[in-house]
Amino acid sequence: MTLKLSLSLGAGLLALGIASAQAQEPIKIGVVSVLTGPAAALGQQLRDGFQLAVDKMGGKLGGVPVQITVIDDELKPDVAVGKVKSYVEGSKADFVVGPVFSNILGAIAKPVLDSGAFLISPNAGPSTMAGKACNQNFFVTSYQNDQVHEVLGKYAQDQGYKRAYIIAPNYQAGKDSLAGFKAYFKGEVVDEVYAPLTSMDFASDLAKIASTKPDVVFAFLPGGLGVNFVKQWSQAGLQGKIPFLSAFTVDESTLPAQQDAAVGLFGGMTWAPNMDNPQNKAFVSAYEAAYKIVPGSYAMQAYDAAMLIDSAVKAAGGTADKDKLRAAIKKADFTSLRGKFKFNTNGYPIQDFYLVKVAKRADGKFQTEIAQKVFTDYADPHAKDCALK
Amino acid sequence: MTTGLLIVQILNGLQLGILLFLVAAGLTLVFGVMDFINLAHGVQYMLGAYLAVTFVSLTGSFVLGLVLALAAALVIGLALEFLVFRHLYERDHLDQVLATFGLILLLNQAVKMIWGAAPLSVPVPAFLAGNIALLDGILYPTYRFALIGAGLAVGALLWFIVEKTRTGMLLRAGASNAPMVSALGVDINKLFMIVFAFGTMLAAFAGAMAAPILSVEPGMGDNILILAFVVIVVGGIGSIRGAFVGALIVGLVDTLGRSSMNDLLRLFMSAPSARAAGAALSSMLIYLVMAIVLFVRPEGLLPAKGRS
Repeated sequence: MTLKLSLSLGAGLLALGIASAQAQEPIKIGVVSVLTGPAAALGQQLRDGFQLAVDKMGGKLGGVPVQITVIDDELKPDVAVGKVKSYVEGSKADFVVGPVFSNILGAIAKPVLDSGAFLISPNAGPSTMAGKACNQNFFVTSYQNDQVHEVLGKYAQDQGYKRAYIIAPNYQAGKDSLAGFKAYFKGEVVDEVYAPLTSMDFASDLAKIASTKPDVVFAFLPGGLGVNFVKQWSQAGLQGKIPFLSAFTVDESTLPAQQDAAVGLFGGMTWAPNMDNPQNKAFVSAYEAAYKIVPGSYAMQAYDAAMLIDSAVKAAGGTADKDKLRAAIKKADFTSLRGKFKFNTNGYPIQDFYLVKVAKRADGKFQTEIAQKVFTDYADPHAKDCALK
Repeated sequence: MTTGLLIVQILNGLQLGILLFLVAAGLTLVFGVMDFINLAHGVQYMLGAYLAVTFVSLTGSFVLGLVLALAAALVIGLALEFLVFRHLYERDHLDQVLATFGLILLLNQAVKMIWGAAPLSVPVPAFLAGNIALLDGILYPTYRFALIGAGLAVGALLWFIVEKTRTGMLLRAGASNAPMVSALGVDINKLFMIVFAFGTMLAAFAGAMAAPILSVEPGMGDNILILAFVVIVVGGIGSIRGAFVGALIVGLVDTLGRSSMNDLLRLFMSAPSARAAGAALSSMLIYLVMAIVLFVRPEGLLPAKGRS
């Protein structure tokens, strides 16, 4: 009896010993995303895109198991700061990945970077943190915000359009957007409209567009605003009559609602689901199988963020040596879903930008597709204000 | 501004007004007759839209989907009345506001869990697709004409019920003095339930009719609820006629303000400052109207009789 007991005890201890020898200290990653409110569709893509990459690697990044904590920032800076602060302080996080929106990034950047963790933004790319406020532990896998709007301005200019009607919501990002468009478009702006953020009906703006007959319309109307505008645009009979350029207005998060009304409309991006490379094809089909929707740029950039961490942890042999890890991140030695990807001195990417066009796929789903390249190896101009080398 | 454009903007204003009227009519009745502040009224507008999404895609027919959505909205509304609102009638306004606000959060989240967070849409029914040409070759979507027509028809029906039927008489009496109606032997609970069912249906109808032109998304009812409160304050609480007039005023002022404020201000100032001031001014215009009405006629433009 005693023998049996001690034997089984010994076996049990042995099993425990093996288990603890196998369990390395996991990499702790906080994923900060908006999961409540109207913008939750974007936040879910960010979270799911990141998770998909981790799942593909068998729950490990760089060969080390990861412990992911998902934090809902609720799109409220004060809420985000509180939650993120208690997370990074309590858990000694190695990485924080997120968020979607720049105002949340502005709120969480200091507590995260002060804690010594790396902050990887898979979407928000404000100009401030690209310039003077850049940080050696801050990296962006998306773009600098202004660049997307500049793509459309450049395209409108290249096409030789003379008269543009431009519209954006009445808040800071809306003003930045139209300024970005005008930085490259040198023709006449027939009207520059700032609509309330709560606008539902754009009928009066559309009536104006129909009567002023501009050569081109540029819109920055994210989320539900864009769904309303595009549906009403098509109902007003403007689809196919006036070229429609936009930023964050027709993408994979809004297309399920806009459907046929959006076909043929243009956007600007660094990528599209039909981008022709093997890693992207595998990503899109895996994402569609797992989440039943076509992935957008939010999911793509989060996936790339995970692959970036994977490559850096592998090269640095873990997360213990922060300097080694930082050097490895800067190399960006991973296969991006966009193909080309490298970091500028300020931690923002240098990459190509495309005009994308909405199309209906053979299976009835809608997606954006690459129409033409607008910028090659485009770096944001704020990097010159950044002290990092 | 050309005549054609002005006509289009007036139609747009009318159409927004009609939508607001459908939401505000239920709100004003519930508030006026039952003295019950129902913040969750906007949620019923949202539910109407979501149910329309589901039933239109299930049946493939807009009309059939609309009817089913209304029926389902009615069932949900009555269930809410039975489970939640009934227990709040006797409470004070603060309790009602808190409880119905909680309901907004709960139902917005529930909608997100069932239908997802991404915006959805309902296709415009084929027989109402297309445009009607107005002056100067300016087009106006047929569906929006249909929406205005349907709203006016519902308004006429409401007027008939409220002014010409016995139930309507009780409604008006209830809006003026509910305890007295109860004292006269009318089953006030039954009356309340009818009022409530009615309000729910109207809000759901507005939501379902708006679904083909607006994006269907969680929280879509919250914006329209604020406008609906402005409407009933302008029109007079408890008054259907007031809600109608108030809704048209708010719809027209908001739309015409937004479309012409920039051009108007450009007569006095430079283009960039006119743009900045125009955007700010036009979004506060309806609240200015409300403030003026409150100052001149605190009881609203067309208050229910006997209320003061």
